[in-house]
Amino acid sequence: MKETQKSSLSAIIRKHEGDILAEWSRLQSAASSRRDPAQDAEQRTVSREFLTGMVQALGAEGDVDIRGASWSRVRELLGELSAARARQGYSPSETATFVFSLKQPLFARLRAEITDPAKLADEFWSATMLIDALGLYTTEAYQKSREDVISRQQRELLELSTPVVELWEGILALPLIGTLDSSRTQVVMESLLEKIVSSGAELAIIDITGVPTVDTLVAQHLMKTVAAARLMGADCIISGIRPQIAQTIVHLGVDLSQVTTKSSLADAFIVALKRTGSRIEVGTPVANGGAVVTNGAAA
Amino acid sequence: MERIPILRMGRFLLVTIQVDMHDQLALTLQDDLTERIVKERAKGVLIDISSLDVVDSFIGRMISNIAGMSRVLDAQTVVVGMRPAVAITLVELGLNLAGVRTALNVEKGMALLQGAAP
Repeated sequence: MKETQKSSLSAIIRKHEGDILAEWSRLQSAASSRRDPAQDAEQRTVSREFLTGMVQALGAEGDVDIRGASWSRVRELLGELSAARARQGYSPSETATFVFSLKQPLFARLRAEITDPAKLADEFWSATMLIDALGLYTTEAYQKSREDVISRQQRELLELSTPVVELWEGILALPLIGTLDSSRTQVVMESLLEKIVSSGAELAIIDITGVPTVDTLVAQHLMKTVAAARLMGADCIISGIRPQIAQTIVHLGVDLSQVTTKSSLADAFIVALKRTGSRIEVGTPVANGGAVVTNGAAA
Repeated sequence: MERIPILRMGRFLLVTIQVDMHDQLALTLQDDLTERIVKERAKGVLIDISSLDVVDSFIGRMISNIAGMSRVLDAQTVVVGMRPAVAITLVELGLNLAGVRTALNVEKGMALLQGAAP
């Protein structure tokens, strides 16, 4: 009894495939605020493939469990569609409407074909379950591809945001931008230490102008970085401490007495130059307006 | 038995750790080094750990202890060539080696010792 019911759903879809497809596409376009002929054509192709896949999946065993092997083609289709829509900036409900708008044409055909009320109710129920499951699957796939985008962006941000620049022979600068958390601190620390080894620099200036807030955790991360650099034989200067942050640090009771701190990168650079025994002399301006640089004993 | 060689360079002692440190080796080094500092009347000790890529808390404390003992015997200790991974490990272990001087390489470490001990 059950088998014949299931196969009747697929038989009805197969019989009225053209009609269902046309009505479904019309409903999809009505639900969507986007107007793009190329996308409409693509949507029709996907819709047709989806219906075919559905008939095949249903026809095989009358199987309505969409996690089953016979539904793999349909799942794949929905996955691709959701990922594409997530990239194009569709909202989750717009994406799920693709599946849910199939209900109306499908139910209309069911009502026309099946006369027995009990059987009709059964068919409605199984069709509803099926479409709901497919709709939920779409939303999940959409969500997953959005999360992939976010984690990829986080990774890229991590790579972008930790440059170590060589300011002078033996002087490195590490301009930190954005909030410092444990994973970022790890990357920052590693790249700074690697650079200290490769350049043989004895001084590193950590500039925190771009760090929006400094709490005890961030301060602890900074102290760790300074301690690790010191263990390797390099000194650190922390610069770019804004008045607000200086107040916060003192209120929190963070002890930065072991570290040289300067309010601006320029001040830190002067200290670093003195320690390495270099100095910059301001001479009469030349054509390119530059300052005259000499290397030698500290002033 | 395996030992870490201690070389003399003028008034300073040079220790280069080129094998994996295990606990017994570290203890032997501690004994040998203190003996030599007294015998040679050394003014400074330079420990090169650039070949060391694994440390644990015991070895970390050993380095710190050696520095403390040398100071008592009137010799400055400089640890040179620590690798980034080792430095991160020691910091995560909470060993900041307070009182130990550090330098990037042997050359800079020697300059530091010569500057410190007139």
